[in-house]
Amino acid sequence: MLSEVAAEVVSVAMLVAVLAFAVIRPWGWGEAVAAVPAAILVVAVGAIAPHRALMEAQRLGPIIGFLAAVLILAQLCQDEGLFRACGAWMARGVSGRPARLLARVFIVAAATTAVLSLDATVVLLTPIVFATAARLNARAKPYVYGTTHLANSASLLLPVSNLTNLIAFAASGLSFPRFAALMLVPWLAAIAVEYLVFRRFFRTDLNVTPAPTQATETAGLPLFALVVLAATLAGFAVTSLAGINPAWAAAAGAAVLGVRALARRHATPAEIWRAAGVPFLAFVLALGIVVAAVTGNGLAGALSRVMPSGTSLPALLATAALAAALANVINNLPAVLVLLPLAAATGPGAVLAVLIGTNIGPNLTYAGSLATLLWRRVLREHGQDEPDLGEFTRLGLLTVPAGLVLATVALWAGLKVIGG
Amino acid sequence: MRIVTWIVEGTWAACVDATRGCAPDRADIVLLHVSGVDVPAAAHGAYAGLLGRGPRRDPGPRLAELGAASAAELLEAAARALDRPCRTVERRGRVEREVVAEAEGADLLVLARDGDDTRLGPKSLGPPSRFVVDHAPCPVLLIWPRETPGTGSMPPPPPHHPHPHRPGPGSPR
Repeated sequence: MLSEVAAEVVSVAMLVAVLAFAVIRPWGWGEAVAAVPAAILVVAVGAIAPHRALMEAQRLGPIIGFLAAVLILAQLCQDEGLFRACGAWMARGVSGRPARLLARVFIVAAATTAVLSLDATVVLLTPIVFATAARLNARAKPYVYGTTHLANSASLLLPVSNLTNLIAFAASGLSFPRFAALMLVPWLAAIAVEYLVFRRFFRTDLNVTPAPTQATETAGLPLFALVVLAATLAGFAVTSLAGINPAWAAAAGAAVLGVRALARRHATPAEIWRAAGVPFLAFVLALGIVVAAVTGNGLAGALSRVMPSGTSLPALLATAALAAALANVINNLPAVLVLLPLAAATGPGAVLAVLIGTNIGPNLTYAGSLATLLWRRVLREHGQDEPDLGEFTRLGLLTVPAGLVLATVALWAGLKVIGG
Repeated sequence: MRIVTWIVEGTWAACVDATRGCAPDRADIVLLHVSGVDVPAAAHGAYAGLLGRGPRRDPGPRLAELGAASAAELLEAAARALDRPCRTVERRGRVEREVVAEAEGADLLVLARDGDDTRLGPKSLGPPSRFVVDHAPCPVLLIWPRETPGTGSMPPPPPHHPHPHRPGPGSPR
């Protein structure tokens, strides 16, 4: 057995290696290529006991299943034409009115993030938003920046909106409807902050009135997909209240759309399997084990000294700020894995405050500061274009602190009214 | 005579009209569009921030592709609207710097104001066009993309300060 200090050093080294690999992705390899061996290594050297690693795997297993179902659901909605229809709706009647287009983009991005998770917004919706702006002769920047910001800040509402929420939801002891009820006003507050800042920050781009264009895309309403999504949302509430894991509702929704797509030959089983993102799921599991090794060897004790306890407003604000800071240093997924056991001991209010921090916080630095640092080095080495980080950071400084404070105050008020 | 006309989404039509109006018959007209790297980079950054999703689904390259396609369409539409022999040039990078680079050695740069086009004043120039106007290495034709606002749109002059007028050095004593 290693001493605790040696075990902690090994675990932290493995965590840093896993995160660095995930950002740099040498030779285009997937993130799991480093994460899985790292998880095996921390178990093999005794930095985490095998039964603890197994417990962590058992805890994360259902969450990963839930995540896979949501990822498949989003991809099948895309195949049904849901995002094309969103693009057509966003474009309808807004030609020559860029500010109105921004409002539509905000509505669609917030709804997509809440229901189909931030992955869907970043991967599936962003190209649609860009193409819509281009077709309308409008400058794409405010809209694309808007979707990337809302992918984070609008992911507060439901447990399915963000992987961080799924992980926290399982530990919070809250039912699905209660989680949504407590997060509804914080979610709206975060979106309102983004909208007001964007209107002002991009006022030059939004003031230009492009010549109205005739080019409108007609896309039929994917009624079937919308009905399945509505039924899935209702299913989340019903299953949760009946004491069944709401992952089954997501699985049922994905199954209905999947069978239909297979029957109509719109998708192959291999495509659906790929949509689940199995290497990503393996990465999450391995990361969970590495983080458990890090926290189990002293970090938890150290953090519990700085972690505020209680659900008074100052304690909630400090919790959200700590989570946001950690999310910016090591990315929000490891941050939530680290902070969750400590917050769960305090109660659901603290867990939700952690989520406000880990979900809104990443907008402050480009892709998390560790990621940004490494990634800029990679870009420079490959002689590729570097983006203007100054503008992105200014936007983050304007939205993130205000969003964090308002959302946390809203959470605190919600806890008073509804109860944790 | 080489004329560079900067084609930007939303305001290019007025620039094309202005170019047609002022270009002599045998002018070498360049229609320039610049695709910024910031928008695809923002999408890539958001994806990188997700962590662990694999390289395959990154929306950054997809946005760069879509951007290139829409830029090509835009330049084609502008060339059609100009209805004169011209060249089209597409550049990638920091927008304002690329425009200045292309304008080097030109006899005229045509561009539209890209800010608030409802009143006269400094807000009618956004940061990119202000940079280009400030750094242009050639004469500039700066146009209003729609109707030119009247002088009535100017803010009133600052209030008159009642301190006594001091005579300047050249004034009679």
